Amino acid sequence: MLAKRIIPCLDIRNGQTVKGINFVDIKEVGDPVELAAKYAADGADELCFLDITATHEGRKTFVELVKRIAAHINIPFTVGGGISELGDAEKLLAAGADKISINSSAVRNPKLIDDLALNFGSQFVVVAVDARGDENEHWTVTVNGGRIPTDKELFSWAKEAEDRGAGEILFTSMNHDGTKNGFANKELSKMADMLKIPIIASGGAGAEEHFVDVFTKGKADAGLAASIFHYNEIPIPVLKKYLKDKGIVVR
Amino acid sequence: MNIVIIKYNAGNIESVNNALNRLGVNAEITADPDKIRKADKVIFPGVGEASTTMAYLRENKLDELIVSLKQPVLGICLGLQLMCSHSEENDTECLGIFDEKVKRFIPKPGEEYITKVPHMGWNAIQDLKSDLFTADLENEYVYFVHSYYAEKSEHTIATCNYILPFSAALHRDNFYATQFHPEKSGTIGAKILENFLKL
Repeated sequence: MLAKRIIPCLDIRNGQTVKGINFVDIKEVGDPVELAAKYAADGADELCFLDITATHEGRKTFVELVKRIAAHINIPFTVGGGISELGDAEKLLAAGADKISINSSAVRNPKLIDDLALNFGSQFVVVAVDARGDENEHWTVTVNGGRIPTDKELFSWAKEAEDRGAGEILFTSMNHDGTKNGFANKELSKMADMLKIPIIASGGAGAEEHFVDVFTKGKADAGLAASIFHYNEIPIPVLKKYLKDKGIVVR
Repeated sequence: MNIVIIKYNAGNIESVNNALNRLGVNAEITADPDKIRKADKVIFPGVGEASTTMAYLRENKLDELIVSLKQPVLGICLGLQLMCSHSEENDTECLGIFDEKVKRFIPKPGEEYITKVPHMGWNAIQDLKSDLFTADLENEYVYFVHSYYAEKSEHTIATCNYILPFSAALHRDNFYATQFHPEKSGTIGAKILENFLKL
């Protein structure tokens, strides 16, 4: 059986791992390669690195970092942040990234998904979708960390991304992100019934049982989280054992 | 030991080089027929599309070269598929080292949800045979990313189950191939690469 994946996500600024809450009080806390190696040794199934650097120099540093990650880490990893054209993706592929994640740039220019899939294969293209639901359960796609609403609706956008050649959807519910009350299982499940590509769930992880729910009720293929792993609230080996005991297939 | 990774128009070749470096082995990435012929071990990796990569191999006469190699050769992922006789991916005639055919996974509606294509992630390998695998690797998880698979056959030396049982690895004479990515399969993948280097 295909195992459910656990994916720690690392935010990177100027080549360093950073930790912060809602972009406030961001602190640089060390070498991403060291942290990534620890997660890989702990049993993480994949890793995700998001570049939150704004400057040109910082972007170059990120590409150098991706090379170091590729040299040291023996599991697949996705990189994202600031990829808006084929050339950006090509640099990251050449540096050794297994997949790239695009978000705002895909919303602005959906054809980017087609171009990336055509040039590098669907397996290389993760489309990240941040969305917020209102009281009528209408889910609006947002950009810039959930701050700016767009005219796109979550489910139709996810389907469009699949049709254009996305290999995976990384869905973050802005309603759940940071709450630690569990993932958006209802929406994830609806999406899983609609799409033929794997779905990575993000936003809301706070306890071991949230991962059981996201894989059963939410029908997700992978669960992504940041703070619970960074602050060692749930060590990966503990989480994996818990999932196994609950009958979830994990490696 | 002289290890060569065949350079062609497919992705992820550098990842294999990185994995060998982590084992303390230096490899050369090259398309030079002489260097490939003289190598102790040849690795034929790849991520990409079957018809364009086969066309490239033919244009550069790498197709005849690969088929004629006598030393241990390891195909990885697309490498395995190109070593088969035919791929359904754009109806491509392949190298024919293995007479198996490569087919596309058909998504399967299940009780809980649709089984997705591509087959992406960690899955267990079973019924292991040949020197590429040691007994302790039975049922271990390795990393797969693919939409096409080689059928099971007499050359199957590892089986994986996804939608149906398929060949996770093949072996005939000096040719070995894995559908999964040993270079991305953590310590288990590293062991499999080491086993290949010991052949």
